[in-house]
Amino acid sequence: MRYPDVVVVGAGVIGAACAEALSAAGLRVTVLDRGPLGAGTSAAGEGNVLVSDKEPGPELDLALASLGRWPDLLAELGADVEWDPKGGLVVATGDTALTAFAEAQRAAGVDARPITPAEAFDLEPHLTRAVVAAVHYPQDAQLQPVLVTKALLAAVRRRGGTLRPGVRALGVRLANGAVAAVRTDDGDVPCGAVVIACGPWSGEVSTAFGAPITVLPRRGVILVTAPLPPGTVRHKVYDADYVGAVASGDADLQVSTVVESTAGGTVLIGSSRERVGFDASLRVEVPRALARRAVGLFPVLADVQVLRAYGGFRPYAPDHLPVIGPDPRCPGLWHATGHEGAGIGLAAATGRLLAELVTGVEPHVDARPFRVDRPGVCA
Amino acid sequence: MDGEPFDVPEGRTIAAALIAAGRVSWRTTRAGGRPRGVFCGIGVCFDCLVVVNGVPDVRACQRVPADGDVVRSQRGAELPG
Repeated sequence: MRYPDVVVVGAGVIGAACAEALSAAGLRVTVLDRGPLGAGTSAAGEGNVLVSDKEPGPELDLALASLGRWPDLLAELGADVEWDPKGGLVVATGDTALTAFAEAQRAAGVDARPITPAEAFDLEPHLTRAVVAAVHYPQDAQLQPVLVTKALLAAVRRRGGTLRPGVRALGVRLANGAVAAVRTDDGDVPCGAVVIACGPWSGEVSTAFGAPITVLPRRGVILVTAPLPPGTVRHKVYDADYVGAVASGDADLQVSTVVESTAGGTVLIGSSRERVGFDASLRVEVPRALARRAVGLFPVLADVQVLRAYGGFRPYAPDHLPVIGPDPRCPGLWHATGHEGAGIGLAAATGRLLAELVTGVEPHVDARPFRVDRPGVCA
Repeated sequence: MDGEPFDVPEGRTIAAALIAAGRVSWRTTRAGGRPRGVFCGIGVCFDCLVVVNGVPDVRACQRVPADGDVVRSQRGAELPG
């Protein structure tokens, strides 16, 4: 049996993207997950590939790089993952700070087009007539997170990599102070390097590996409507306070409206943000607030049936930036996590960046803002 | 139902009433227009949908009709109203 060059712990979209990029670089990769493949945070989101919600800065740079990478990567993978460059529409019914926000984004390379309410109603005929300002973001896209995770992992396996769902990583064995093997509940896996890509569970796993980082879970709940006729909701439509909620550190429930349809015809209604640890119980005020605000944006939804609700935990670092890079305390140990609700969209560039750092290639985006050794992250 | 009056015993669901009357399908699929009726019968599969008083996507297997309800077959995905 040949040992892998790199073990990736975590078979979500971030771990899968890292494993794909590492294997594309010629490294032999084994992916472990304590559960099924792509069944954690990646199975509990919406599939956002957004630039519209990001202010100028490192995360926007990563998002633009990822946006540029996804079409090529999907072509290489040759898989249908419901990629839909449908564009985003941000609307405001009151305060119109969003046009100044869009101005700053344009300077940073985002295609952000302030439009009139009438133009917004042309894009979205069912939108509330209370809209007073809108910005169209043609670059925003959507994909199906579980399908893309599986497609990335399938590429790893085609290149000779190994997928081991149901295998729990317990820790690391060192030789001369550097990673020599990953300990699992199914024996040791000798390797030259290990990437911890466990999303909101990266804190607990990195602690078990002796190199703790601070990554916290934030719960989000999404409502799913009955399938609606095509064209009922055409873009990713959200209200302008979504941006504030993403960047906020408040513990209380925050709700901002995001409404979008899927390839199957259902409409997804988000987004809530709660800091409740790993408590997965459903508080009824959350779906109630989501539904009320979605009806405010799209009055036609008032009598539409909700089929179900689902929720998940998004990983965030105290400074709300992803954590991508080597652990300074343990040679051979790497991290890739902390993407909060943007991990699907950011996965393509994250995988590429991590592979560049591992193989010593010049990074295609500035890696320093995402380094592990930064205040609040590296305990 | 679809303009036809029904006497439904108290407590019986719309799906049960339709089946008792010999109907096995009352919805068409969104993409192919294929006929659908009761599949799971316990409210899980959302296959037995009808439009009740203008509201689509009502599960016939779960809804006990009230006197005067206007029920009709659902054609694919529909919006309320």
